[in-house]
Amino acid sequence: MQEGGKRRRLTRGEMLVIAAPYAWIALFFLAPFALIVKISLSRPAQARPPYEPVFDGAGLAGFFEKLSQLGLDAYRGLAEDSLYLDSYLSSLSIAGVATLVCLLIAYPFALAIARAPRRLRPVLIGFAVAPFWTSFLIRVYAWITLLKDEGIINHALMALGLIDAPLPMFATSGAVVVGIVYSYLPFMLLPLYAAIEGQDASLREAAADLGATPFQVFLHVTLPLSRRGIIAGALLVFIPSVGEFVIPDLLGGSDTLMIGRTLWNDFFANRDWPAASAAAVALLALLLIPILLYERAQLREGER
Amino acid sequence: MRILAACLLLLGGAMGARGAERVVNIFNWSDYIDPRALEDFTRETGVKVVYDTYDSNEILETRLLAGSAGYDVVVPSATFLQRQIKAGVYRPLDKSKLKNIDNVWPEIAQRLARYDPSNAHAAPYMWFTTGVAYNVAKIKERIGDKPIASWEQVLKPENLRKFADCGVYVLDSPEDMFSIALNYLKLDPNSKEPGDIRRAADLLSGLRRHIKKFHSSEYINALANGDICLAIGWAGDSFQARNRAREAANGVEINYVIPQEGTLMSIDSLAIPKDAPHPDEAHLFIDYLLRPEVAARNTKIANFANGVAASRPLVDKEIAENPAIYPDAATMKRLFTVTAPDQPLQKVVTREWTRVKTGR
Repeated sequence: MQEGGKRRRLTRGEMLVIAAPYAWIALFFLAPFALIVKISLSRPAQARPPYEPVFDGAGLAGFFEKLSQLGLDAYRGLAEDSLYLDSYLSSLSIAGVATLVCLLIAYPFALAIARAPRRLRPVLIGFAVAPFWTSFLIRVYAWITLLKDEGIINHALMALGLIDAPLPMFATSGAVVVGIVYSYLPFMLLPLYAAIEGQDASLREAAADLGATPFQVFLHVTLPLSRRGIIAGALLVFIPSVGEFVIPDLLGGSDTLMIGRTLWNDFFANRDWPAASAAAVALLALLLIPILLYERAQLREGER
Repeated sequence: MRILAACLLLLGGAMGARGAERVVNIFNWSDYIDPRALEDFTRETGVKVVYDTYDSNEILETRLLAGSAGYDVVVPSATFLQRQIKAGVYRPLDKSKLKNIDNVWPEIAQRLARYDPSNAHAAPYMWFTTGVAYNVAKIKERIGDKPIASWEQVLKPENLRKFADCGVYVLDSPEDMFSIALNYLKLDPNSKEPGDIRRAADLLSGLRRHIKKFHSSEYINALANGDICLAIGWAGDSFQARNRAREAANGVEINYVIPQEGTLMSIDSLAIPKDAPHPDEAHLFIDYLLRPEVAARNTKIANFANGVAASRPLVDKEIAENPAIYPDAATMKRLFTVTAPDQPLQKVVTREWTRVKTGR
């Protein structure tokens, strides 16, 4: 926006630049999402594809008839079986705990890196991101070796005489949290680092000059100023964790309920694509809420 | 992991060659064929083999139902085959192009006809049982010298409890577990009554506390490494676990038994999708797999019995004389097969299976 509040017209080049991300979203997010919404309104069928009605371009009259066959049955199914609610809640709580643990681990790291000598910072950030150079799958598999009953941790604890029998760590919800924290930690670390590193050092000096202890400086200056990094990091960890499928499949127990698994069952075991699509749409709606809240908070901050 | 595998397969499928040269696109289970048999096929016929693998029927089915997967030969399990035939996924086999079709083991063909009337769409590839695989030493420690012979020793909570401390895995497969539970309860293993499914689920729910994990492939390595001591699993996979432990020479001895009450027999079949781009080459390939000497080679790799009766004398003695892979006539009679549930019952089955695994 320009001085005086009058909108400047965009040049063609600027419009192209702005159009590119919108086109990307339309092509790779909105179009597939529209398909999912459409399938979620269909009914399962023993056919190829396994749902009906199928819009195969059979004229306008046929189109409207088929349109009238769409319905909300799949969504009704979501409401009727408490399994879906249980799965959503269990996913949210696992993702929530993992996000919190990520934050508690990543914050001191980010602070330490941001306070390190300037020359060292890129190296330290490199170390934090280094695990990403190995395949995600291999890293999660490695945790099986660490956590299982005959694994390294249990053997070490038993050798030290701290425990008599192996601790059941593998195939539990706790193992899923460990896997998520480990895999997503850099997504928390990087925004936190950016938020802390960009702070004006003179603010801290001023607080100290006015008699604040180091802890008070942290609590009243550093922490509030890094709020945006905390929110961004939390969203980056929380949102993909809720829908996480691979980590619970490998590290979780059979009783670890997560929405990704429930959705898999509907899609693959039941061949009920409408129910699976409805569950996916509901999950997206559930995840949009925190994003919208964040956006609103950002806007309000901008207005201030 | 399944999603990752699916993505890889999608890529693989998209890159399948489609030139003037003769090609056949195969989509088969992993570790289920002798790779050198594929080379020999190309050498002999000049048809190039593009080979992709999957690790679950669901992955295969989703590709087939989505359409235009580009595969010429696929290997669905019989219940999936049955459903997929109804969905119109397959083309009938042209038996005039399969001169080796007469080699097929009549009993296996007959059992397969339950899913595919008069064997119109598919030929049997391999078949196997679901039984109990266990770590010989650890089981001996817990129940002494009397070996596992009955489902009662695993399906009764107070019996399974004895093995809970050394680790029990169970197949994550409602089809296997419900039919075995129904048979154990002296109900029809192929029952389509929701009430019966619930009774089977009640029985299995009572075992959950003693089961470490429900999973359909991890038990192979877990048994071989000595991480667990008992698994309800498939014959071929269990012998793969035994062989891996032997190769590692880690002192773990694995055995596999078919309990005396009988068990589920599963058949994997060879079929050609309706939209297969190279149906002629597909028939050529299936005919090749039905040759006794080729079938024997594949059995050696997979540790599964094949569907070609004439191959048995050519199969390694250790496999051909293993009663858990090639059961005797009396055991054969106690092997049952089950058909696919319809869509409403399938939802009950999946829901009840979730209850077995999670208690919710």
